[in-house]
Amino acid sequence: MRVPVSWLREHVALPADVSARGLAAALVRAGLEVETVEDVGADLTGPLVLGRVLEFVDEPQKNGKTIRWCQVDVGNPEPQGIVCGALNFALGDAVVVALPGSVLPGGFAISARPTYGHVSAGMICSERELAIGEEYGGILVLTPAEVGTARPGDDARPLLGLPDAVLDVAVTPDRGYCLSVRGIARETATAFGLPFADPARRPVPAGNDAGWPVVLDDPVGCDRFVARTVRGIDPAAPSPLWLRTRLHLAGMRPISLAVDVTNHVMLELGQPIHGYDRARLRGPIVVRRATAGEQLQTLDGTRRALDVDDLLITDSSGPIGVAGVMGGASTELHEGTTDVVVEAAHFEPTTIARSARRHRLPSEASRRFERGVDDDLAPAAADRVVQLLVDLAGGTADPGVTDLDGRVAREPIALDLGYPARLSGYPFAAGEVVARLTDVGCRVEPAPDGAALVHAPSWRPDLTDPADLVEEVVRLHGYDAIPSVLPPVPATDGYSRREQHVVVVSRALAGAGFVEVRSYPFVGEAAFDALGLPADDPRRRALRLANPLSDEEPLLRTTLLPGLLATARRNIGRGFADLALYEMGLVFRPRHEGPLRAPRPDVHARPSAEELAALDAALPDQPAHVAAVLTGAAELPGWWGPGRPATWADAVEAARVAARAVDAPIRVRAAQVAPWHPGRCAQVVIGDPAAEQVVGYAGELHPRVCAALGLPPRTCAMELDVAPLAAYAEPLTPAPHVSTFPVATQDVALVVDAAVPAAEVEAALRAGAGGLLESVRLFDVYAGEQVGEGRRSLAFALRFRASDRTLTVEEATAARDAAVAEAAARVGAVQRT
Amino acid sequence: MSAPSSDYDPVQVSALQPEEVARARDAALAAVAAATTLEELKAVRLAHAGDRSPLALANREIGALPPAAKADAGQRVGAARGAVRAALEQRHAELEAERDARVLVEETVDVTLPWDRRSRGARHPLTTIVERIADVFVSLGYEVAEGPEVEAEWFNFDALNIPPDHPARTMQDTFFVESADSGVVLRTHTSPVQARTMLAKRTPPIYVIAPGRTYRTDELDATHTPVFSQVEGLVVDEGITMAHLKGTLDHFGAAMFGEGIVTRLRPSYFPFTEPSAEVDLECFVCRGASVGDPDRPCRTCSSEGWIEWGGCGMVNPRVLVACGIDPHRYTGFAFGMGLERTLMFRHGVEDMRDMVEGDVRFTLPFGMEI
Repeated sequence: MRVPVSWLREHVALPADVSARGLAAALVRAGLEVETVEDVGADLTGPLVLGRVLEFVDEPQKNGKTIRWCQVDVGNPEPQGIVCGALNFALGDAVVVALPGSVLPGGFAISARPTYGHVSAGMICSERELAIGEEYGGILVLTPAEVGTARPGDDARPLLGLPDAVLDVAVTPDRGYCLSVRGIARETATAFGLPFADPARRPVPAGNDAGWPVVLDDPVGCDRFVARTVRGIDPAAPSPLWLRTRLHLAGMRPISLAVDVTNHVMLELGQPIHGYDRARLRGPIVVRRATAGEQLQTLDGTRRALDVDDLLITDSSGPIGVAGVMGGASTELHEGTTDVVVEAAHFEPTTIARSARRHRLPSEASRRFERGVDDDLAPAAADRVVQLLVDLAGGTADPGVTDLDGRVAREPIALDLGYPARLSGYPFAAGEVVARLTDVGCRVEPAPDGAALVHAPSWRPDLTDPADLVEEVVRLHGYDAIPSVLPPVPATDGYSRREQHVVVVSRALAGAGFVEVRSYPFVGEAAFDALGLPADDPRRRALRLANPLSDEEPLLRTTLLPGLLATARRNIGRGFADLALYEMGLVFRPRHEGPLRAPRPDVHARPSAEELAALDAALPDQPAHVAAVLTGAAELPGWWGPGRPATWADAVEAARVAARAVDAPIRVRAAQVAPWHPGRCAQVVIGDPAAEQVVGYAGELHPRVCAALGLPPRTCAMELDVAPLAAYAEPLTPAPHVSTFPVATQDVALVVDAAVPAAEVEAALRAGAGGLLESVRLFDVYAGEQVGEGRRSLAFALRFRASDRTLTVEEATAARDAAVAEAAARVGAVQRT
Repeated sequence: MSAPSSDYDPVQVSALQPEEVARARDAALAAVAAATTLEELKAVRLAHAGDRSPLALANREIGALPPAAKADAGQRVGAARGAVRAALEQRHAELEAERDARVLVEETVDVTLPWDRRSRGARHPLTTIVERIADVFVSLGYEVAEGPEVEAEWFNFDALNIPPDHPARTMQDTFFVESADSGVVLRTHTSPVQARTMLAKRTPPIYVIAPGRTYRTDELDATHTPVFSQVEGLVVDEGITMAHLKGTLDHFGAAMFGEGIVTRLRPSYFPFTEPSAEVDLECFVCRGASVGDPDRPCRTCSSEGWIEWGGCGMVNPRVLVACGIDPHRYTGFAFGMGLERTLMFRHGVEDMRDMVEGDVRFTLPFGMEI
């Protein structure tokens, strides 16, 4: 809501020394969000004076244009010669002249300069050049009423309402009444402790049967409808300068006098007004819901299919407007309109909100109705329109007044007068509570036991609960008064284990040299195609947004890889080829086929267990994943020697780093899963072999995936589900026994079939070695002639140690032989000698 | 006792003459002093303290002396040998120290050589600021709560006193999942965690902090991102007042921005709190000194002295009712802050896109903690 301060001052006797910024600060303290304060006329400096056109000559130019060489009385003995490009004025007209030395808005400096064969000593200004209005077909010509007693040469600013300032107030949804000068003036008066003359309090004629007939067919949608008629307005009468300027400063475009008047009253009082050309109305106005198949051509020229929930204004011809949203073309005010039927009505907020949204027609009217318009305002607002049309357009008010009132009385709010103090922590006395509520416009009716019945004013439909009243009391007193006290907090659980696990995994990966990224979870089918996911891959079953930002990416990720890999590509594109990135975040997996449908339980009590279960069942699984990607060098070459490229093993190690961070005992085995290289993909599992759980995958990406995503060949990645890692984390680590007896080391080289995984050989050695085994480490892998084709030799260092004695060579050798025997039994290993 | 030897040969024992012993000792000491390397000293040791050295030979003769002369000669030769041994040890220590010092000098390296063999890692500042904030509140005794990002509309709106068609719904441009009437959305704020926490806990006291990712249909630009982060605080207990809210926010502000930094409440509107307020943070850079002083402009607060930080208020009793908590017995407060915005003014991030794009140059300087 843009409010010219001059307009506010018309309704509040604000002291002259209150600046626009001071006013804005006071309103902010009272809870209005003043986004900007614009000075109007501040960038208009130097001599700007009233002029009177004494004579002029029209001079056609070679370029086809005609200029007017004018002699203008600007109060000097000699007239001022000025060249003017506009022709919309006559001899004797009063105009605004910017004399040499003045600067117009936008830094436009005026000087005497030769042009079109004359020296033009100034400029005759238009409203646009003065930044007080739109172009209005040429320069600004002031009417005698607008000139008043001013004489040529006088400062023109006061005639233009300059200087002024405009407050732009962002009105929150609960403060519909502040979408009017009336509402903001009321807040201003309260903020400064000044009396407030409510412009809506004006004597209005009572309703009678002589007005335009109206039928309210939907008492829920429309509970108040006032119709007034003005006849014989002069269709040619222009809007006066003050009206044009106000509308312009308030952000609306002047259109015609009758329309400008309805807009002016809406801005002033907050009541949306619709004017009908009486000559085009056919029979009684009926307010009703639309019927199936009905259509309406709205003012903006669009033909709209109506919904049965739309509330309509109709006459015998059919729909003539979507109530509270936009009028129809057939009855609109036009340049020949002489008789006007004025509508001021009260519509139900939700109905209007839905229609405005359904037809994508957020209008000044719907914005107000959605937030709740004062339901007692219609008669005064309609009367104000009538008065302005009579005064400014020469119309005659029709004695007929239609006023249909189907409103249901509002219940008063029972308020314990001690509640504001209890809720705020500031000791509000009962007397102050009553005084503040009275300032707001409430009627406070005392009740026994320190309670009160509070009747909220008609313009505050948002005040329904005691807590609403507390806010009014506290904000008018000032939020600054609230003391600052820390509450005593009881013992709680702090971080959950899950949160701690996420943190340590993140720290471990960053500590291992990975940089964290947080990509958007939006993906498209193309991302799944690029990953080479098969048609039946569960990761292709993704949730779809109804209104995605990009039609290319309407799905929610089921894997972190698309976003992570795209981020890798972006970094590579910016010159960072050696990358190790990781991401942690949720992925979204639908739980069932069929359309999503979450229930909407009643909010007047705790939902039942069944309802809560149904709410959660409607949501997808949203497990937290961790993923990492590596490209380029894992170790850089340098003065120390050569570097080392990142390989599948680094990706698997990233998975191990994540698992180790939470003490999760993972195992890996070969797997063939997209998007990984079928020969270089590790499946990560956890849990007892009988009931093991797949945690994720790690390895080198498939060459086709690298190519499809524009990533360097041999890019590696891993992705794990965090929850199973955390689930198998050791809850209570048993302390090891640390033996101080000497270690006995035995190395063995085992020849196995090349297809036997090293992990299986190692597991066999562990199983066979018995309790004396301290550790096993694979230290060499050899394939070559000496071991035969299709076979390889794995060299392990076995360390044995007893807790109670020094092992003999025989004991260590026996344990080794047992380990080798187990490896021979399980995987056919043959010891190399 | 045997008789003294009578075949005493004075020539053979001339080495035991005091002059001879002194000469041999002096020669040895001179040689020790002249040795300049450990190798030379080794040769000196062999020549002057070895088995064939004059003093060793002299020592061997002592046994042949008459008893009366034995003690005298033994003392003389022993003293000489002791002096030589001591000189050898001292010189050896000196030469060894010299050698060691020389080796250490020779082994000097350029310690400024880089060792950027492996890349450095770093955590995203949005992650670490969440942890920092959570730490502040866990220290106070709060718990950390979480909720799903794909959320039921009931939790995101209805339970928070935002009925269908309420204008507040259009303030939060919502991503709808599957269809506009599925009842499932991407949560537009972390506030649904309030409802979830109250429903899960059933009975106050409730003291939780809930950080998380949130979504609104804004196009990405320098100051907007459709995917952003908030942190939500919720307290429900007996006797909770706005003063407790203010005290908690002041503590939060000081913990994040420095001792003495306070907050300011401005009346505002949120359907799920009543009374509601905007939270402004005292500018931690200029502490208000830039206000009205054109010579000392403050970029952080635009010389306003205050920075808009978030929203807050007393939990609307209607929300308590929807979550099964007795509004006559319990009151509560809630607050929420945007974390991208917090990072922007806390660390001077100039463009929202920097926090979104995952450029390693942005994240690396933030390291492991923030």
